Amino acid sequence: MSLWRQLTRGGRVLLRRHAADDDLTDELRHYIELAAADLVARGIPEDEARRTAQREIGNMTVAREQVRSYGWENVVFTGLGDLRYALRRLRRSPGFTIVAVATLAVGIGASTAIFSAVNPVLFRALPYPAPERLAVITDRSGDGLPVEVAFGNYRELAARTRSFESSAAFKAWQPTLAGKLDPERLSGQRVGAGFFRTLGIAPRIGRDFQMDDDRPDGPSVVIVSDALWRRRFGADPTIVGQHVRLDDADHVVIGVMPASFENVVAPLAQIWAPLQYASVYAPESREWGHHLRVVARLRQGASPADALRDIDRVARSPVPEFTRVPWARMENGFLVTSLQADVTRAIRPAMLAVLGAVCLVLVIACVNVTNLLLARGAQRRAELAMRIALGAGRGRLLRQLLTESVLLAVIGGALGLAVAHIGVRGLVALSPAELPRLSAVRVDAAAFVFAALVTTLVGVVVGAIPSMHVLRQDVSSGLQTAGRRTTGGHQRTRASLVVAEVALALMLLVGAGLLLRSIQRIFAVPVGFDAPGLLSMQVQLTGEQYRNDSAKARYYSNVLGAVRAVPGVQAAAMTSLVPLSGDLDVYGAHLERDRDAQSDGAAMRYAVAPEYFSVMGIPLVRGRLLDERDGVNAPRVAVVSRSFAKLAFGDDNPLGQRFRLGPRTGDWFTVVGVVNDVRQSSFDANPPTAVYVTPLQWHWVDPSMSVIVRGLGDPARLATPIRSAIWSVDREQAIVRVATMNALVNRSIADRRFALILFEAFGLAALLLAATGIYGVLSGAVTERVREIGVRAALGAAPLDIVGMVVRQGLGLAALGLLLGLAGATVASRAMSALLFGVSRLDATTYVGVSALLATTALVASALPAFRAARIDPAMTLRSE
Amino acid sequence: MRVDQENTDVIQGTLDMLILKTLSLQPLHGFGIGRRIEQVSRGVFKVNPGSLLTALQRLERAGWLDSEWRQTENSRRAKFYNLTRAGWKQLEVETEDWARRTSAVARLLKSEA
Repeated sequence: MSLWRQLTRGGRVLLRRHAADDDLTDELRHYIELAAADLVARGIPEDEARRTAQREIGNMTVAREQVRSYGWENVVFTGLGDLRYALRRLRRSPGFTIVAVATLAVGIGASTAIFSAVNPVLFRALPYPAPERLAVITDRSGDGLPVEVAFGNYRELAARTRSFESSAAFKAWQPTLAGKLDPERLSGQRVGAGFFRTLGIAPRIGRDFQMDDDRPDGPSVVIVSDALWRRRFGADPTIVGQHVRLDDADHVVIGVMPASFENVVAPLAQIWAPLQYASVYAPESREWGHHLRVVARLRQGASPADALRDIDRVARSPVPEFTRVPWARMENGFLVTSLQADVTRAIRPAMLAVLGAVCLVLVIACVNVTNLLLARGAQRRAELAMRIALGAGRGRLLRQLLTESVLLAVIGGALGLAVAHIGVRGLVALSPAELPRLSAVRVDAAAFVFAALVTTLVGVVVGAIPSMHVLRQDVSSGLQTAGRRTTGGHQRTRASLVVAEVALALMLLVGAGLLLRSIQRIFAVPVGFDAPGLLSMQVQLTGEQYRNDSAKARYYSNVLGAVRAVPGVQAAAMTSLVPLSGDLDVYGAHLERDRDAQSDGAAMRYAVAPEYFSVMGIPLVRGRLLDERDGVNAPRVAVVSRSFAKLAFGDDNPLGQRFRLGPRTGDWFTVVGVVNDVRQSSFDANPPTAVYVTPLQWHWVDPSMSVIVRGLGDPARLATPIRSAIWSVDREQAIVRVATMNALVNRSIADRRFALILFEAFGLAALLLAATGIYGVLSGAVTERVREIGVRAALGAAPLDIVGMVVRQGLGLAALGLLLGLAGATVASRAMSALLFGVSRLDATTYVGVSALLATTALVASALPAFRAARIDPAMTLRSE
Repeated sequence: MRVDQENTDVIQGTLDMLILKTLSLQPLHGFGIGRRIEQVSRGVFKVNPGSLLTALQRLERAGWLDSEWRQTENSRRAKFYNLTRAGWKQLEVETEDWARRTSAVARLLKSEA
């Protein structure tokens, strides 16, 4: 039978439904007329003939239904009928509809929003050609942790390995751009010539870096991002070949990257210059410092494991033309990680935990709506039993009930998309700025598909259990009781759903609780300095006149003098590194008493003016602080943090001990004092080892220093006058990263706070849903037991007994749910351990607290129906029977 | 009511063929088809009106029948069914098929006798 004819004929019937109906009625009527006439012709009286004919064809409606049931268009008709019916029913009980739709909208919306964030960040391939072949190479420390690569090692690997198509080393670069506008410090990268080729993206205007650009004293050329090109150069199409002033030196723009270029290794970078490292170098040169990251493209068919074997082979077989130094001997091997895994490593645990949490919310929302539908099903028993008795097929009824639940889900899903849209904006606003691939987070086609799938699934799942219940029931009992009483079965199902709901809510709340405790713990770790009242800003020196160290030192001392003269400034100091700023400046330490050791741990280096400690409020533990006498020609001295003293010298007296930091040349530093620990990075698993020296005694004068100011009142108000004071020394120098120390402290926990806010929101939603679930079941139970309760009251049960009876039922369900939830949480919390800090995933306080919270909620949710039950008037209920 | 003990339902699966055969003689309306099947089978087959009209709907959808509203002898509008070219072909196919099957059944019955 031709499909085309099926479609067109069916379509015609669909379009002119009434005409088709009329035709059928006409045909049937005519049939009866002729049959009657035929009987009359055989001598049967007219009216009897008519009746007989009528009977022969049976019920007119049934016959019409039978004829009409043929053809696909009739499936559409009955579907539309079901839809209209479901809509009518939902309109008739707005309370139920609003609650159910809102619950589903929250569930579907929240999960779609989270999916929109998680999918591009964790699962979608990176926006490069053949992204699966991109990998990151890192050196390995003795304890197996990834360490940045030294250029000397990179050069050897690039020359001797065979499993990479191309590779490039890169490092951060923050040049100051001068021009007509205020000097601006840009985020950028210095990259090996093959950087963009390795990623597989070419500039949209101009040319890529060539090998010839990437040599010492090579040409000063830069490639800029599309955003920078538009913002600073007015999207000038003739930009290529133009000169720009970067760090007070002339650079030629040779290219502009496409707008679509997403730089996952440095999301904020706007400008790129060649690395320009030497191929012949002294041991103390930067080429032997572990400070480069390496991205590489694997050869077609080579796996990361192959690449690692290849690298290991090279590492184990030194050759004379590639020298190695003692701290970069390649003896611990290297790590090869896919770029995707490397980029998402930091965020993955939080994202997966949040994804898990939102799934729990979705399941709880479904359970709740299922429960609501079951309650409605109980009210509809009589109606449905009647319809079954009148001959409605069970399949037909099932379809109708599912239509209703799917319709609920679709309305909920549509609203859920709106929720997701708002939610995603909130997520992007809330999320830590370093979140990789943030620009790809939006409600896109994949999210739509996800929402649609979830909606359908939810509709069917949510409708299935109540429908089964309705259809399994015994028709005659349904008719007899006319919906007044209930069978135990459906109450049991509802009760077990509530138990499940409580259990899931508990798991979610345990997660939220553990995160909350972690944040508390992080806050409880003293930052080690007196953050309120402190303001910091960074100056970066660029320009020909600051090439030599004494000029730099003079500039810094002038700046400090100018800043101290600003009214409202109580004290000020310079430092090369601001704690919690996100910058790290770590060097390997080498102890004099321990000469043969490879490495004696590492420490963060602070080149600070002597006043630094008093401005920051870092207390001295023993010995003395740095002071003015520790100048260029004085013996080299250092103040160390308590953790460094412990790590390097154990229980020995650290004072008088000597060590080197970083370069293994020059005089030893003598420890003259120990200060308290300061929290240095956002979340330090390692003890905060730090070494403080005066800028004059360090190997070089830093090209950028930060001014730390302690002021009266709100330090943020001092920003403008201080900036003017600094510019009064030299108007050409950029001032960046103005921030109060309080802001830095808060930002350092942003990623955990991000996860915490989401968990708290989900936990609250789960708590509310669980409460409405318990409330719904108990109030349904009270309604169905009105007669029984009335009898009890008539027989002398005190109102308090009745309250107790209902509350006990509620608490019983909650208790069972709590037990299951606790068991579940002990297992599920394992997924969160990476997010926790200073608190065990089995933290008793959290588990007890959360259980108490849920139990209290359950008590409140039970109390309302219980009091209603206690107010039942026995006389009234008994009369109404 | 006319009670006829010999009356049986049409053999499963043959209704389509009977309708096609009936219509191959002349265009007819629904009642006429049912009536003709009853008459020609001498009352052995009785066609249920619901099944008949459903079958007509199906055959029409399959493209074997055409239909048009026409005046009957007693000037009443009725839906007349007509065999199409595809319907003729289908009738041939089904008739052959039926003949093959009945002869096979007949042979089986004979051999057993």
